[in-house]
Amino acid sequence: MTSLSGASGSLSLNLRIWRQDNPGEPGAYRSFRLERVGADLSLLEALDQLNEQLIATGERPVHFEHDCREGICGSCGFLVNGQAHGPRAATSVCQLYLRQFADGATLTLEPWRSRAFPPIQDLVVERSALDRLIAAGGYCSVNTGQAPDGNAMLIGQEQAASAFATATCIGCGACVASCRNASASLFVAAKLAHLGQLPQGQPERRRRARAMQQQMTAEGFGSCSSNLECEAVCPKQISADWISWMHREAR
Amino acid sequence: MIEHCGISRDAGGLRSGLEELAALAGRFHAEVRVPGTAEGPNPELEKALRVADFFGLAQLMLRDALAREESCGAHFREEHQSAEGEARRDDANFAHIAAWEHRGDGAEPLRHAEPLRFTTLQPSTRSYR
Amino acid sequence: MSSLPDPQLPAGPIAEAWRRSREALPLISPLRKRNLTLLVVGTGLAGASAAATLAEQGYRVRVLSFHDSPRRAHSVAAQGGINAARAQAVDGDSVSRLFADTLRGGDFRAREAGCQRLAEISSAIIDQCVAQGVPFAREYGGTLATRSFGGALVSRTFYARGQTGQQLLYGAYQALMRQVAAGRVELLCRREVLELITVDGVARGVVCRDLLSGALEVHTAQAVLLATGGYSNVYFLSTNALKSNASAIWQAHRQGALFANPCFTQIHPTCIPSGDAYQCKLTLMSESLRNDGRIWLPASAGDERAPAAIPEDERDYFLERLYPAYGNMAPRDVASRRARELCNAGHGVGPGGRSVYLDLRDAIAREGRQVIEARYGNLLEMYERISGDDPTDTPMRIYPAPHYTMGGLWVDYPLMSSIPGLFVLGEANFSEHGANRLGASALMQGLADGYFIAPATVTAWLSGHPTPTIADDAPACREALERARSRIGALFQGGGTLPVDAFHRQL
Ligand SMILES: Cc1cc2nc3c(=O)[nH]c(=O)nc-3n(C[C@H](O)[C@H](O)[C@H](O)COP(=O)(O)OP(=O)(O)OC[C@H]3O[C@@H](n4cnc5c(N)ncnc54)[C@H](O)[C@@H]3O)c2cc1C
Ligand code: FES
Repeated sequence: MTSLSGASGSLSLNLRIWRQDNPGEPGAYRSFRLERVGADLSLLEALDQLNEQLIATGERPVHFEHDCREGICGSCGFLVNGQAHGPRAATSVCQLYLRQFADGATLTLEPWRSRAFPPIQDLVVERSALDRLIAAGGYCSVNTGQAPDGNAMLIGQEQAASAFATATCIGCGACVASCRNASASLFVAAKLAHLGQLPQGQPERRRRARAMQQQMTAEGFGSCSSNLECEAVCPKQISADWISWMHREAR
Repeated sequence: MIEHCGISRDAGGLRSGLEELAALAGRFHAEVRVPGTAEGPNPELEKALRVADFFGLAQLMLRDALAREESCGAHFREEHQSAEGEARRDDANFAHIAAWEHRGDGAEPLRHAEPLRFTTLQPSTRSYR
Repeated sequence: MSSLPDPQLPAGPIAEAWRRSREALPLISPLRKRNLTLLVVGTGLAGASAAATLAEQGYRVRVLSFHDSPRRAHSVAAQGGINAARAQAVDGDSVSRLFADTLRGGDFRAREAGCQRLAEISSAIIDQCVAQGVPFAREYGGTLATRSFGGALVSRTFYARGQTGQQLLYGAYQALMRQVAAGRVELLCRREVLELITVDGVARGVVCRDLLSGALEVHTAQAVLLATGGYSNVYFLSTNALKSNASAIWQAHRQGALFANPCFTQIHPTCIPSGDAYQCKLTLMSESLRNDGRIWLPASAGDERAPAAIPEDERDYFLERLYPAYGNMAPRDVASRRARELCNAGHGVGPGGRSVYLDLRDAIAREGRQVIEARYGNLLEMYERISGDDPTDTPMRIYPAPHYTMGGLWVDYPLMSSIPGLFVLGEANFSEHGANRLGASALMQGLADGYFIAPATVTAWLSGHPTPTIADDAPACREALERARSRIGALFQGGGTLPVDAFHRQL
């Protein structure tokens, strides 16, 4: 067995990182070298290590979002060599391990770039536009205490599983960041498909589809031109087929 | 903390935990470097505020573990176990909730006890054998 | 203080006590609610469900969270499932069994009335979540599916693959965003609460730091609800998200709120072990894997052979050996402790001999690889990603790690702390789990607190107490601001050289 022990050795990396103090000032790439870091570390842990070095030298540490470090909270996200969340499919950047990279590799890290995601600092952008998309209609209008018996509505196993698959979206914004038009179509389609596939979601189905798509335009997200980059980068592998499904829904 | 107040605990370990903690907390304020300023985003400042609070709480955890002279649930005191290595609970003295009152930093906190009463189910020994 | 406040336990027999006391609780007119502001700190299961429900009832609610979005609260990471007694399975589960399991699981260190209330509410939680569109797993026939969890002999855990917390949280988050759209909730993200404001001993607000501008803000209200999660991050390596913290409850404690049972912390047996010193957290593997995985160690100490090379009769399935009734489903504390004992005795595997095997081999042989992969898909992927090993070929190596804190701020039966007007919900309070929490009961407790208990008890408290509006520059607010400012200032004064993590790691 090879893993976890640091037995898989160490490697050195060149990091080109986008540095920007605040939205008002222009940013630029800065290069750093990490010598002999453990290959079993995640990329974010390598950034932690870099930050400890920067603190020691009195430089401002690199600001990046993270929290759960296990691919579920959706906090983390930046481009690694132009790819949202880096080269590994179905993986958020916090789940990217250095053993993925060759010794001496150069990694360019830059923030999501989209009109609807204003920059904050370094690799951090503001993604609250996604919350406003949900607020526009991504729910079932049921007050606490009004619920009928959960078994009163039978839902087939496959149907429940398919709704679940679309409900796994973690709201990281990678789909937007990788889209030429900075469209949030996959994000919106996933929510519409989650609720639209379940009986509970039926009463508001059409209103929801219309309202969320209108809000998408209002927030400055672009429209979909079927490049499917979003599907390729989605850490939860949500299928872009739902986007065409969504276009039919709104009619 | 994981060493002294983790899966199993004993008085000696808890006491040395308290000493090490006091030393560490003291060093923290003297030796930590929080870069930047309080204006604008500063994740290191956020971290420092959180860790500073952990020191106080860790101390309270150790005290509580020391005061609870029994093994119950996830709190396993090495001193209180059966021959088979199972937990030995002490219902006569510890069937209560310990509620700690803060009396100023540096002052000893006060331990209150809220007795527990069981009317439907009488305390039994947990057995998963 | 010097004496403990009355825990306000219900009178009479505990069965149905919650229904009885709830029906007797005073109400407030909808008109008056509109003029009352409530502060909810935290948007995990407990906070989001409480904020949404209180807003539905007509209160003005202001929600604070340090996250950039409510959906990121750490509840999102809960994997295995949520317990509920729905009394329809053939194994005869019932409210009284869930009650008994909770009280026994907590080793008789919890209030029986609280455990009973949880068990009674549990079924309604599932209904509520289903109505919101939470895609729970279903049987072929279309009914809700269940599985069993550590410490229980019945199958009462409802789940959505290995992402139950995520799905429940999104249900609550969506309910919350609906209230934001309706203008009844003001959502303030990227705000870290640093101080509690009390006026004449009553909680009236908080001071928080805007994490973008750095500005300190005062927020006042008629009552404050803390739903800020647990404190497992006191330990450097835990399964909690990196930013999970205890600041809100710790500062409330310093302002007078009693802290109950701080030493009751749960160590989870099935985490992916650590390797490098810079590793910053341990990832949990849901213990639902223990339904199908068998835990073992080499029978002889110091055996360094690869797991496949160790024959069956040289393997020690120690949980099955020691606990024939529960076997691999023995409760968390027992499983963790036995694993550690054997590791200390030299049987452990992996780097430093600190891990044990969790082996799916027999389950795969019995049910087929596909079935097992379908059941645990994302967990197996996660393990593979972190460790580089395929768990369907090689047994997983797991390690115990701090995971959950039963202790927390002391609350009475209505969930109010010893500071009047300060309510504490979810993992942040100490309630119901006693000295040990059953698997899948934290989600249940957080949602019971948020959807059903606090909305009723907060109203009852407000109805009987004056609810003055406090000016943002009242002396109590200025004092709290000053406390926050000086704590921040002190951190910059050290002139030291070491990063914060260097200290946290030693803790
Ligand atoms: C990996 C993992 C798996 C788990 N699996 C299960 C399971 O299968 N079943 C089960 O029942 N339980 C499980 N648990 C436990 C359960 O998830 C938690 O106990 C529960 O979700 C806690 O919910 P909460 O609402 O109390 O807090 P959290 O979800 O932690 O939310 C805390 C909120 O408070 C906010 N906050 C915190 N401090 C501040 C502050 N100072 N200022 C402003 N905002 C603040 C945060 O932003 C966040 O919104 C698991 C826990 C972990 C770690
Ligand atoms: S840090 Fe949570 S998804 Fe990456």
